[in-house]
Amino acid sequence: MMRAIGGVGLVLFASVTLPALAAPTPEAVTIAGGPFSALDSTPVEIDADIYLPDVVPAPAVVLAHGFGGSKASVSEEAADLRDRGFTVLTYSARGFGSSTGLISMNAPDFEIADASRIIDYLATRPEVVTTTPGDPVVGFAGGSYGGALALMIAGYDQRVDAVAADITWNNLETSLFGQSLIPRDGVGVFKQLWSGFFFSTGLETADGQVTQCGRFAPDWCAAYSTAAADGVLTDEARALMARSSPASVTDQISVPTMLGGGQADSLFPLDQTNANAEQIRAAHPDAPLKVVWHAGGHDGGIAEQDRLRELTADWLAFHLGIGAPVSTDFQASRVQSSAFSDRDQGSVTILSSPQYPGIDGTEAIVVDLTGPEQNVLAPAGGVPAALSSLPGAGGLASLAGSFLSLALPNQTATFISEPLEQPVSIVGAPRVRLSISSDEPDVTLFASLRIIGPTGQPVLPQGLVSPIRVTDVNPQGRVVEVELPTILTEVAAGERVAVVVGTTDQAYRLPPGPAVYRIGLADGQVSLPTAPLTEVSGGASVWLWPILGVLAIALIVGVVVIIRPRPGRDSTDDALADVPLACVGLTKQFKGGVRAVHDASFQVPRGAVVGLLGPNGAGKTTTMRMVMGLISPTEGDAFVFGEKSHAGAPTLAHIGTFIEGPGFLPHLSGRRNLELYWRASGRAGQDPRFDEVLDISGLGTAIDRKVRTYSQGMRQRLGIAQAMLGMPDLLLLDEPTNGLDPPQIREMREVLRSYAADGRTVVISSHLLSEVEQTCTDVVVMHQGTVIAQGSVAELLAGRSGARLEDIFMEMVGEGHEVVTS
Amino acid sequence: MTAPTLHYSARETLTIRTELIRQVRRRRTLVAVLLVVALPLIVVAAVQFGPSSSGGGGRFGAGDLDLVGLATSGAWNFTLTMLLFSSGFLLIIIAALFLGDSVASEASWGTLRYLLVAPVPRRRLLRTKVIVGLMLTGAVLVILVVASWLIGAITFGTAPLTSPLGGALTTGESFERMAIITGYIAITLLFAAGIAFLMSVLTDVPLGAVGTAVVLVIVLNILDAIEALGGLRELLPTHYATAWVDALNPVVTWNQMATGAAYNTFVFAVFIGLAFILFDRKDIVS
Repeated sequence: MMRAIGGVGLVLFASVTLPALAAPTPEAVTIAGGPFSALDSTPVEIDADIYLPDVVPAPAVVLAHGFGGSKASVSEEAADLRDRGFTVLTYSARGFGSSTGLISMNAPDFEIADASRIIDYLATRPEVVTTTPGDPVVGFAGGSYGGALALMIAGYDQRVDAVAADITWNNLETSLFGQSLIPRDGVGVFKQLWSGFFFSTGLETADGQVTQCGRFAPDWCAAYSTAAADGVLTDEARALMARSSPASVTDQISVPTMLGGGQADSLFPLDQTNANAEQIRAAHPDAPLKVVWHAGGHDGGIAEQDRLRELTADWLAFHLGIGAPVSTDFQASRVQSSAFSDRDQGSVTILSSPQYPGIDGTEAIVVDLTGPEQNVLAPAGGVPAALSSLPGAGGLASLAGSFLSLALPNQTATFISEPLEQPVSIVGAPRVRLSISSDEPDVTLFASLRIIGPTGQPVLPQGLVSPIRVTDVNPQGRVVEVELPTILTEVAAGERVAVVVGTTDQAYRLPPGPAVYRIGLADGQVSLPTAPLTEVSGGASVWLWPILGVLAIALIVGVVVIIRPRPGRDSTDDALADVPLACVGLTKQFKGGVRAVHDASFQVPRGAVVGLLGPNGAGKTTTMRMVMGLISPTEGDAFVFGEKSHAGAPTLAHIGTFIEGPGFLPHLSGRRNLELYWRASGRAGQDPRFDEVLDISGLGTAIDRKVRTYSQGMRQRLGIAQAMLGMPDLLLLDEPTNGLDPPQIREMREVLRSYAADGRTVVISSHLLSEVEQTCTDVVVMHQGTVIAQGSVAELLAGRSGARLEDIFMEMVGEGHEVVTS
Repeated sequence: MTAPTLHYSARETLTIRTELIRQVRRRRTLVAVLLVVALPLIVVAAVQFGPSSSGGGGRFGAGDLDLVGLATSGAWNFTLTMLLFSSGFLLIIIAALFLGDSVASEASWGTLRYLLVAPVPRRRLLRTKVIVGLMLTGAVLVILVVASWLIGAITFGTAPLTSPLGGALTTGESFERMAIITGYIAITLLFAAGIAFLMSVLTDVPLGAVGTAVVLVIVLNILDAIEALGGLRELLPTHYATAWVDALNPVVTWNQMATGAAYNTFVFAVFIGLAFILFDRKDIVS
């Protein structure tokens, strides 16, 4: 029983403290949607997920997915919105995911009816705030297919309170049958690649059967098949597409609406976004409306996903009553690409203006173009065809537009400006008037604005071209006005702009040809729209990291300064002020447990020549390294003239050292080495006594050769000379006679004796006992890390006539220990 | 009696000037300088005497980005191309060499212990080593830029920076942009420099320190090239190594460069701080 209670407690504890870690999985529900078809009123089953925030009831957001997706494809965004405090509903549109029904491309009677049923359902959920019974507080958001749904449900169902629609269409017909003539009339040029991709996405059936229509409703399947197979757009198809276009209901949208459009979008270009915006604004000028031209789109571009999600969430939060006010400022992303790197497709700067300028700008800059009338060929069968964008290729597409755009000879007419005197910032869709003449009345053309830099390389911004189809051309000529693609780009002073008119594009259905058209400029100019946009102060975001970086670095510097090792308080011992070297209980235990020195205590009297004796491994060198502050003692201290020794202790400047062999810069001469060592040692106030020292080294003229060329013995002598630089008060020599020949050893003995003669002190460590015996006045004998004897040589040898140090040493350490003797 | 008087000042030990004299005549310094002067000469020779690459003709649209053609349009573009060629690897190695070799080479020569017992305070030794290492690296970078510019000016003239997409800049702007780019590249070298210096303090093998830094940079570059890692790559300090191309935009874009500079300096500070702390407590047994 107690265990059971404990278990329950644990579960409660876990559920109370860990909500953020273990995000609750959404609740799956099935909602009865609109009728299956015009003939079958059975409701389709809509497969939905509900994400509940921490605090309920909350305003609801319905997230609609893109074409080919399902409720799962927006789960990440749904979780984000849930964390912002919304009750979020995602669902698979009819014909997608696990929902039943057939795809009708957001038809009012079907997909839009489904959305209304979803609103009904939300009104029944206690987790959703309602204004009146049956009317929940709800916003719709989505991109592409889902964006069109969001706009249309806002037009059809007055219960929708806010909308955020991204990269979607205004008019499905002009989106799929591109027509950039002004005014738009007639049937445009079929975007067969995009349409094909679109349609094939809906063909997959649940049972894997290959069918003609897949999950498309029969009327849509027929409309597509006719268009794709024969290039014919039937009146039925036009009516279907008109009903599935937000254009049919934009005059009914009075709720706050945020419209996103992608600059890298050849499927639903910015002019579609613009049409939605202008229609909504015309019908309801007071309704909050925000337009964002971002750098993404169906062609890829630069995904500004995080920023768009945040904008969407902020927009919905404010207009559904749970967030801070947001502005309706127009935002546009300026993409700057660099020619020197394929690191990414460019960097993005956010521009804004309080007023949405539309695609015609607030002002037009007219630039003169020159170029004669040119004959262009529409090739037979439409091949080869130019390549501007690559539908479905994602990020590749706009790259292709920048670098690989193919402009085929004989198929393009080009009209070029002089280099611009002033930089121009193009914001919107430039316009040009073309004169077209041909024997063939039905003419399909692709017009674009290109920017020609100093290298003469024309650049096609975002890889976008404007398709135009003129059906009443005659040999006498016709003048048409063309809206070029909507772009946001900077043209620098000195660069030129060009209008390029081609006859082919691989993304479109092309006339069978062949035919020759004559293309000219009607009035020799192109009109470039511009608008005053100001850079959104990115101050915080740009300098956030540098500021944090500086703070972090200051912190690191502070930590490093604080944990600087400091000598202890009792770092001097006045009683030892006259003792050149005193070791008190020195102990060194290396990592891994090797105890190299244990409790070594000895004093070196002034004026003495002291031998530190012991076999290899006795701890002599370790002791000397501790004295010099090279390694820190585990316990105990060394005092040099009464000052405790540690790394960098000034008192070390009293000592001249030769330890474990010489060390020199091999690329410099012996003399230069000594000079530089002296300069590095901070004893400028002292006389280095170079001449005496060089004399001791006995190197002669070799002193000016590079050390690299020295023999071992020469280096050894130079090392001892270096230790004597400035004639320090204490000389510490570790195995100084290694590598010296007998005459040199004898000479060295003399040098050391005379060195100590005037009050200076010498400590020599050696494993050669006989040598020490001949040189030293005093000895300290070490064995296995401990000091086993110390005193003057005379004392140690007292009463043992004829005995040698070696014999005494053997006595002390006992037989069986190997001691090297010379 | 008392202790003998001491003529010693820690502030005079191993000054930057002394350390510079100790280092500049070294073969590796000379080799580094020769390399960065040779690089532009080799490229000029290749362009002038190498097989012509402009024989293709008739390509559709001539759309390829012609890097060499861009390099030969003038001294500024030539210099830029040299920086592009060298910043990914050569300059990294040089930075790693100057910092990675600094302490470890003293250890391997046996001079480190003599400096420390002089005594040069340990932190002062590292401070001098870092500053001189950075000075030499910076000097080699500047020599590369100046030599490239001069060689480019003699061979291709002094036309200002042009970028096929960003338009032409004035000579004044070219100078300003080149200064920004050179400065930023210097900062991006700090990552390799920092890790090399830390390794230099930890090991007595100079090549080990240099190699560790270079290998680490290569590994990070490989990780950075794995697109599947997505946003995680922004956590790599080397991710920002090429952000200097943003200085070529019509308007300099600072976002990436600001982040990259902050990140690299921060990482450098961490490595150097670690080096200081570890060296303080290290038993010198070399």
